Amino acid sequence: MATSGVKLLGAKQSPFVTRVMMALEMKSIDYELVVMNPHLKPELLSKTNPVHKKIPVLIHGERAICESLIIVQYIDDAWTNGPSILPPHPYDRATARFWAAFVDDKLVPLLGQLREAEGEEAKELVIKKLSEAFMRLEEAFINCSKGKAFFGGDSVGYLDIALGSFVGLIRVVEMMNETKLLDETKTSRLAGWAERLYSDSLVKDVLMDPQLLLVQLQKFLATMPKAASE
Amino acid sequence: MSEVKLFGAWFSPYVKRVEMSLNLKGVEYEYIEEDLKNKSPLFLQYNPITKLVPALVHNGKPIFESSVILEYIDETWEGPSIFPKDPFDRAMSRFWAKFVEDKCSDLLWKACWSAGEEREKAAKEAEEGLTILENEIKDKKFFGGENIGLVDLVANYIALWNPILQDVVGFHVLTQDKFPNISKWADEFCNDSFVEKYMPEKEKVRLWLKRAVETGSLY
Repeated sequence: MATSGVKLLGAKQSPFVTRVMMALEMKSIDYELVVMNPHLKPELLSKTNPVHKKIPVLIHGERAICESLIIVQYIDDAWTNGPSILPPHPYDRATARFWAAFVDDKLVPLLGQLREAEGEEAKELVIKKLSEAFMRLEEAFINCSKGKAFFGGDSVGYLDIALGSFVGLIRVVEMMNETKLLDETKTSRLAGWAERLYSDSLVKDVLMDPQLLLVQLQKFLATMPKAASE
Repeated sequence: MSEVKLFGAWFSPYVKRVEMSLNLKGVEYEYIEEDLKNKSPLFLQYNPITKLVPALVHNGKPIFESSVILEYIDETWEGPSIFPKDPFDRAMSRFWAKFVEDKCSDLLWKACWSAGEEREKAAKEAEEGLTILENEIKDKKFFGGENIGLVDLVANYIALWNPILQDVVGFHVLTQDKFPNISKWADEFCNDSFVEKYMPEKEKVRLWLKRAVETGSLY
């Protein structure tokens, strides 16, 4: 499959964009990152993602694909050389999809709620729910990894991408709220996994350093009125 | 010899789309109706996390979330495809299925069940979603083209449950006047000889929704 003409519209501070970058890196696909801030309403975004006008958008030749996890699956389906992103067995694929949906439907909204929460009590409540979500993901890790380094086994896979893309933001949230969500005591396996992810040769170059992300995210958030989510 | 169980609730559109998929593939399965007020130990054993239906159990291994189950069914069993084969068409199907759920069905449901400002907001957002969907279905018999596909299955709520709920609460967002293409699709879908075998009886749904509105509880 020709790798020419692959563009990714987005900003690397966005965990959703990071997911796509991780997938592209895994498949060694050459691409051009077209930096785009959706809140400044660029015309190219309206043309390629007229329905949602959000990043990321993958442009492959004439085609535009939107929604981060849909793009990741598209990359896995369209580029069959290179490592597989989804596991081979249908049951393991279902498990990976279930937990990826959990990240998007339960974890990500909680991160947004934490930023919007006003007052200590409100924040504590969201932090408690986040901790519970991480406990579930810790169990998921034990089940999926089967003793290996990643959710995907020996190497990075779909669920590593779905959750791993958010580790930078999670660390930023921990710093801003002086709390620990992914830590060695409560979620030891996930903490170890996060370290390994940041050292993994396939994806480490696209994972943002949390300190740098904190600074850049504050600038990015200043350009829009409310919560930044896909 | 594979063993397939489906835990469901007769009124759930999520369960019905899974049932349709299993039947499209000709899969033999045991259907277990779960009383959601009083979940069976067997069900909870398989499903401690979401505690929701549908839950598909294949050779003792449980799968949850209807969208995940539909992918699993298509990957596991031969027969007519639920998802297109071409990677781009698959991506588009997944995109529209998510759009139907998030920007149409969920908002239509919310509009019917809420009141005042919240209702107005949900109705407005639902109309925006439906306007986009109206354009997507024009010139097509089904979202899947000539045959029913993933998006049609996921849009089942719009075809059967939504019109009934709108009547029961007396608040109509999706009307034939405003959305003639979607309304035409809904008729085609509900009257399709395959689909109608796996849809619940409209009168039964109407009574269930009427009781839910009166008691404030779905089950």
